[in-house]
Amino acid sequence: MPMSDEVVRVVDGGVVLGGRPVLRGIDLTVTAGEVVAVLGANGSGKSTLVRSMLGLAPLRRGSVSLFGTPLAQFRDWRRIGFVPQRVTATSGVPASVREVVASGRLAHRRPLRPARRVDREAVRAAIDAVGLGERVRDGVATLSGGQQQRVLIARALAGEPELLVLDEPTAGVDLAHQDAFAGIVGRLVERGTTIVLVAHEMGPLEPLIGRTVVMREGRVAYDGAPLESFQDVPHAHAHHPAARRAHVDYAPDVRTPVDPLGEQR
Amino acid sequence: MNLLALEFVQRALLAAFVTGLAAPAVGTYLVQRRQALMGDGIGHVAVTGVALGLLTNTSPTFTAVVVAILGALVIEVVRDRGGASGDVALALLFYGGIAGGVLLIGLADQSAATLNRYLFGSITTVDEADLWATTALAVVIVVVALGLAPRLFAVAHDPEFAQVAGLQIRAYNVLVSVLAAVTVTVAMRTVGLLLVSALMVVPVATAQQLTRTFRDTLVLAMGLGTLASVGGILVSANVDVAPGATIVLLALAGFALAWPVGVWLRQRRRVAEPFASEADPFQLDEPHTVVPEDHGHQHGPDCGHTAVRHGDHVDYVHDGHRHAPHGGHYDEH
Repeated sequence: MPMSDEVVRVVDGGVVLGGRPVLRGIDLTVTAGEVVAVLGANGSGKSTLVRSMLGLAPLRRGSVSLFGTPLAQFRDWRRIGFVPQRVTATSGVPASVREVVASGRLAHRRPLRPARRVDREAVRAAIDAVGLGERVRDGVATLSGGQQQRVLIARALAGEPELLVLDEPTAGVDLAHQDAFAGIVGRLVERGTTIVLVAHEMGPLEPLIGRTVVMREGRVAYDGAPLESFQDVPHAHAHHPAARRAHVDYAPDVRTPVDPLGEQR
Repeated sequence: MNLLALEFVQRALLAAFVTGLAAPAVGTYLVQRRQALMGDGIGHVAVTGVALGLLTNTSPTFTAVVVAILGALVIEVVRDRGGASGDVALALLFYGGIAGGVLLIGLADQSAATLNRYLFGSITTVDEADLWATTALAVVIVVVALGLAPRLFAVAHDPEFAQVAGLQIRAYNVLVSVLAAVTVTVAMRTVGLLLVSALMVVPVATAQQLTRTFRDTLVLAMGLGTLASVGGILVSANVDVAPGATIVLLALAGFALAWPVGVWLRQRRRVAEPFASEADPFQLDEPHTVVPEDHGHQHGPDCGHTAVRHGDHVDYVHDGHRHAPHGGHYDEH
């Protein structure tokens, strides 16, 4: 019987990408209202960890449940907001800020029905929350990188999620914008939103973080009180000849036309 | 002599109208997925379908629909799994399709003229049954493309986000591919398999020059596609030129006209963009710089200098400088 305030639970999680084990032996539970930062070096599996929670990186072994429901049966996607790791918010055809943010409301809408008033208001509120109220009708391609990042955050906020998962939301964003972003996250935290956030460094978010998970070579190397940087983790496995191993796990980027390796991003 | 009174011209006009409306509706999603040439690829594969129909004495349109849908599904699988080198696999499929078609047509003892009807269109031979089939398929395409627009937009814009929003992205991708295949066979009679992709993509490229939102792009592209299709038929009814080629050239002429306008619009928007006015994270207390030379010119709404918003005031762009009125003088901003 799962506890009622359990938001994410990963048990013995393992992910294989392109024939290489990328995540191994992950046991992680996030409870309602927690603000968890997932830190780690490039290739440590931190991004894969959050993607596996959302079903974007399928588990080879173990299990994931969201809000107490096994991932395969989970249908209540409106409770989840996701900010993927993306550089821009553009695609091949122009789209306005409002249109991109409105995508975040789809889990609340039925197909072939027009948006209801509550949907439009939620979209508007999300755009205002990230400070782009004056740019609603502008094309996303005309916005700066930091502003496009805020559009993607607004898109996740439009669904009014209980769990917000952010994959490196502040990568390549300057300090002033990181401050603004920390403000947005702070207001969500006050509202009781559960947050799982992948980052390299904490920056202005640091005071908001309640727990840090550090990934190293596909395993959880640290899980506990906040750390400012993944480099602060003490080397708990000093007896292990880790230093002598030349490289970490990765999927080689060699592809043929029809190749399951293509599943690796 | 009034050509428009001729029944086959009326049928051609109607067929062109519905094709021109439907093709850019699907084309918008293909362009959004950066797959502008997918329609072309399906068109190549459909050649094999036409040839199969001629070889087996069944309706070439029917066999073309079936083979085009199969081809589109294979392309979708390749796209889904292939990653970076997917385009090479697509090339293999395209050329296999057209080579297979030419080979089978030879086996069926059909002349090159027969094949040409499908490669470049034969809208004047559209009969009443064709017209009904074309219209029905076009209506389905337009209803799906407009009715499911928010979902199709989200899936094409950011598949991973759409998946986490609970959408069955594979189903929607397959849907777009099937729609594209049906469009190709619908437009086969109007512009021909080799030119069909133009009617799907060129109106979208033209619309993009003038629009900022996805919905405007979709609607304008459909309007432009219809205009080019109907216009092309009208031209070729009066001048003896190939209707398919005329439609495509008209669409391209539209792009040629819209392009400079788009460049001008984007330039104008960029110039009018407010100058960034961020809170200074480093709290540098910058002293303000008064414009050094004696400034005789009075800036104002009608002074001719570009006025750009900058925080709580207006900067006047002045020989590569920004002059902001401050008390009785101007500051360099």
